[in-house]
Amino acid sequence: MLKYIVLIAAMGLVTYLPRMLPIVFLNGVTLTARLKTFLGFIPFAALGALIFPGVFSSTGDTVSALYGLAAVIALSMAKLNLIIVVTGGIAAVYLYQILIL
Amino acid sequence: MKKSFEFKEGLKAGIPIAVGYLPIAITFGLMTKAAGIPSYVGILMSLVLYAGASQFVGINLLVLGAASWEIVLTTFILNLRHFLMSASLSQSLKPDSSKTFLPLASFGITDETFTVASLNSKDKLDVYYLLGLNIIAYGAWNIGTWFGLFLASGLPQSLKDSMGIALYAMFLGLLIPSAAKSKSVLIIALTAAAIHALIKWLPMFNALSAGWSIIISTIIAAALGAYLYPQEENQDA
Repeated sequence: MLKYIVLIAAMGLVTYLPRMLPIVFLNGVTLTARLKTFLGFIPFAALGALIFPGVFSSTGDTVSALYGLAAVIALSMAKLNLIIVVTGGIAAVYLYQILIL
Repeated sequence: MKKSFEFKEGLKAGIPIAVGYLPIAITFGLMTKAAGIPSYVGILMSLVLYAGASQFVGINLLVLGAASWEIVLTTFILNLRHFLMSASLSQSLKPDSSKTFLPLASFGITDETFTVASLNSKDKLDVYYLLGLNIIAYGAWNIGTWFGLFLASGLPQSLKDSMGIALYAMFLGLLIPSAAKSKSVLIIALTAAAIHALIKWLPMFNALSAGWSIIISTIIAAALGAYLYPQEENQDA
């Protein structure tokens, strides 16, 4: 039991430090314009990398993921609320799985 | 009250994250149990780490009998991407944010809370918004873990598979409206996606872990963006 607790504490520490250090030490600090631009673009770059190619293997089979993807893109283009986009995506994959698969 | 308003806005913004976290956390609980790892290990991991991918990998490595330092190192690399996200958030938060709450709010930085916080806000972010967002996401993650550990099979497989798309749907729902408005956003996101796919698909990069491949794709794409569109320094990301 002690072995597990020490292990999880160490895993927790190496997970927490990268989360905590930049925000605590850089908040309120004036950075160069270029660095600020770079940091401002991080969310969009991260989204691109997080979505692709992981989305294709998110539902267990590629075809149902593509159905979900199509529904999500259509709903997002219509600028609907995020909750509707998410439920719509789930519904599209679910319907495909129970009706077509 | 401004604080409670921001907090509630954060809670509301976190609902799609909670929907996406539940099935993943249930799967984590189930997997922990199926692997024969004591339940309290799964519970503690969700409480203390609160980092999806590294918890799955952690359980996997425990089953394989990996050395503890190996598990800790893998966890570190896998979660190092939050360093970039935390640095980015430090600039989108109000510059005078409470130094008491920042260390607490930073505990809740995940891919999902980071992207929602960064893209949903019109003004500078409030630390109470971040706290609200974190609480609902953290709550869902931990409730899901217990559910998977103690309520056996949980949701039917077909529903769980369908819910696998939830977080991707949220990511796309966040990205598409911004990318439709701004060419620079579109180019940056597509670049990151292309680099990530190349790293995943080219055999020469097989040795790179999931953590590194996300970090590398994100840094290259954001740096390219800063090089191509330096004039957008004041754009609120």
